Amino acid sequence: MTATTQDHAHHEAEPTGLKRWLVTTNHKDIGSMYLLFSLAMFLVGGAMALVIRAELFQPGLQVVDPYFFNQMTTMHALVMIFGAVMPAFTGLANWMIPLMVGAPDMALPRMNNWSFWLLPFGFAILLSTLFMPGGGPAGGWTMYPPLMLQTGTAFPFVIFAIHVLGISSIMGSINVIATILNMRAPGMTLMKMPLFVWTWLITAYLMIAVMPVLAGAITMLLTDQYFGTTFFSAAGGGDPVLYQHIFWFFGHPEVYILILPAFGIISTIIPAFTRKPLFGYSSMVYATASIAFLSFIVWAHHMFTVGMPLAGQLFFMYATMLIAVPTGVKVFNWVATMWRGAMTFETPMLFALAFVFLFTIGGFSGLMLAIAPADFQYHDTYFVVAHFHYVLVTGAVFAILAAAYYWLPKWTGHMYSERLGQWHFWLSVIFVNVLFFPQHFLGLAGMPRRIPDYSVQFADWNMISSIGGFGFGFAQLIFVWLLYKCIRGGQKAEARAWEGAEGLEWEVPSPAPHHTFDTPPVVR
Amino acid sequence: MAQAEGGYYVPHGSNWPIIGSVGMTTLVVGIAMYLEGMGIGTWVLGAGALITAWMVIGWFGDVIRESVKGLYSDQVDRSLRWGMIWFIFSEIMFFAAFFGALFYARTLSVPWLSGEDPATSRLLWDSMALNWPTAGPGNAAMDFQPMGPWPLPTINTLILLTSGLTLTVAHHALKEGNRAKLITFMWMTVALGVIFTGFQGYEYYEAYAHLNLRLDTGIYGSTFFMLTGFHGMHVVIGTILLLVITLRCMKGHFRPDSHFGFEGAAWYWHFVDVVWLGLYIFVYIL
Repeated sequence: MTATTQDHAHHEAEPTGLKRWLVTTNHKDIGSMYLLFSLAMFLVGGAMALVIRAELFQPGLQVVDPYFFNQMTTMHALVMIFGAVMPAFTGLANWMIPLMVGAPDMALPRMNNWSFWLLPFGFAILLSTLFMPGGGPAGGWTMYPPLMLQTGTAFPFVIFAIHVLGISSIMGSINVIATILNMRAPGMTLMKMPLFVWTWLITAYLMIAVMPVLAGAITMLLTDQYFGTTFFSAAGGGDPVLYQHIFWFFGHPEVYILILPAFGIISTIIPAFTRKPLFGYSSMVYATASIAFLSFIVWAHHMFTVGMPLAGQLFFMYATMLIAVPTGVKVFNWVATMWRGAMTFETPMLFALAFVFLFTIGGFSGLMLAIAPADFQYHDTYFVVAHFHYVLVTGAVFAILAAAYYWLPKWTGHMYSERLGQWHFWLSVIFVNVLFFPQHFLGLAGMPRRIPDYSVQFADWNMISSIGGFGFGFAQLIFVWLLYKCIRGGQKAEARAWEGAEGLEWEVPSPAPHHTFDTPPVVR
Repeated sequence: MAQAEGGYYVPHGSNWPIIGSVGMTTLVVGIAMYLEGMGIGTWVLGAGALITAWMVIGWFGDVIRESVKGLYSDQVDRSLRWGMIWFIFSEIMFFAAFFGALFYARTLSVPWLSGEDPATSRLLWDSMALNWPTAGPGNAAMDFQPMGPWPLPTINTLILLTSGLTLTVAHHALKEGNRAKLITFMWMTVALGVIFTGFQGYEYYEAYAHLNLRLDTGIYGSTFFMLTGFHGMHVVIGTILLLVITLRCMKGHFRPDSHFGFEGAAWYWHFVDVVWLGLYIFVYIL
């Protein structure tokens, strides 16, 4: 009782201004900070992508010098992966998981704050390397030795920045798992949880399993550079390929970390705008778990050309192809959910539909890359670039945008401008295909990735791709404007902002009050 | 700063996370500056370490005070348990990366370099036979002796296993409400941890002084020192945890039915123990 009285006294005394955001333990505050940070990083990483596309607009060297170009390709990837997509998903997890499972907050609220605040600090270190003697990292985000060891002053700063970001991810994931396992409202059994919660549970497990492995790999890089260890040097009995194995043991689960929460979002949005329950809920759960399991035994498909015994090539080829089975289950279920549904096409649904179609294209090009003999041809070409941008931009990013449109009314209490949303969607979906589809042709024709200049035969498609890039980039400013307007005002949103929306988050008012589910709801 | 909502304690704002972010950033920037040979690096590093230590002490202090006040329900207790379990899992995966490097070197890269993969060995160091332990084909002139399991590592194994035992005895004493026995056995555990670290330090001294075995002694030195070094670091952290827990036992912070702080530290200690068994088998014996 005393605790409760005390608490009300403190409700009044909550800090305001900047201090509130520095010390907050509220999952909604922290979720908002994650989401806004991720948007900022999306724009920074996008600007880097535009530098790349500007240089590639024509053959020859026009805009930046090749070394800076390499820094841009490296930093673009690091910023987008660790700064835009992962924090966006963590922000959505922070905002939505407690609401979806009927919890008063995340399980470990103080650590939640720390997970967030490490990110801006980590990125301050990472981005500052661009201004150091010798420039930022330029050997690609995978940081393969020995190339990575040629980085200038930036080298240890990059390593430690990634350590900091990794610690942030691990703590965020521990929090998500503890919340899901321990904070569910009475009656919310595991198999009643919304799929977004399920996919995040599995994602968090993947993150805790592989982020420390990345930490180990980059620690070995650091000691190889400064303390004379020879993990990655053949002269000392090590092997540069060892780094690739350790890195991709992290890296492949990492790409599922970047997509599994997106699967959860799409599985939430499609039923809402189809006004039908999700088809095959339990098969969705099992498919997600299967994908997570398989993600640990496919890593060397990133390394088919590095030199590997035949048995290894065959194993990793077939294991990779197996992933198509649970992924196919998911795509089938989404389509089956829409079958004979009463569908409407608001912006979240449009992004979700584009996700299903375009992510599947990315999945198919992934199958092509999985075929080891064919991969000898595709490896390190623009075909790979096209593949992973289909799964990450029209996959992960489109899902994040869909989620933002879907839950904005719950976060802000206002409906966003549907007109601007439709403009944003159509411009994005057209330009993103102009941007990335030609890259398939470039790659099949032999254009290597990560180069600032190219043979004239590649000129036309590169120009078209760059036009798509600038179109897609500037189309995102519509979203920024829409977001600003939606936060500032607009049509009042009802508690259940969408007619077909299901789930506990729609039982609380819009905007969701600062504290929700202080006493847990009972789920029947 | 207390709030018990529906029985679940949600702290209201805390300065420690932001202090921790500043501290950790200062620390790693300092280390990076030091590694790049910048003079002030050591000072930045020191400042970062101090701020981080301040955060750790302050944050744990808050948690201990809240716990003693009885703000933590069973549900909070379970959150802390899940948190600790998954933290330890992440630590296991960190060690897995280094064990992976060891296994890779022993079963793949060293045999490949010494002829099992003809193309590699012919191109690099033609027909040089390498046997584990090795400093690698480029360090053939390096004359060193490996660290065998006898006597120190075996004694250390016994010490750690005994410490696991004394810790369990202490846990039982805590559950039985036997304070005197609890405290005695906790001090024994802490002492065993300190002795282990001392022996490990002596072993490193021996390696550098008499065996010519160093961190830069090729892949053998790399894996040996990185694995045992990170393990030793965890032993030190574990010993500090157990020391704090011992002092808390003496203050009477724990009850027979509620003592997660004790159990969390004990889990950590057992994890350190198990990693050591892996090291003993794969680094020292095999």
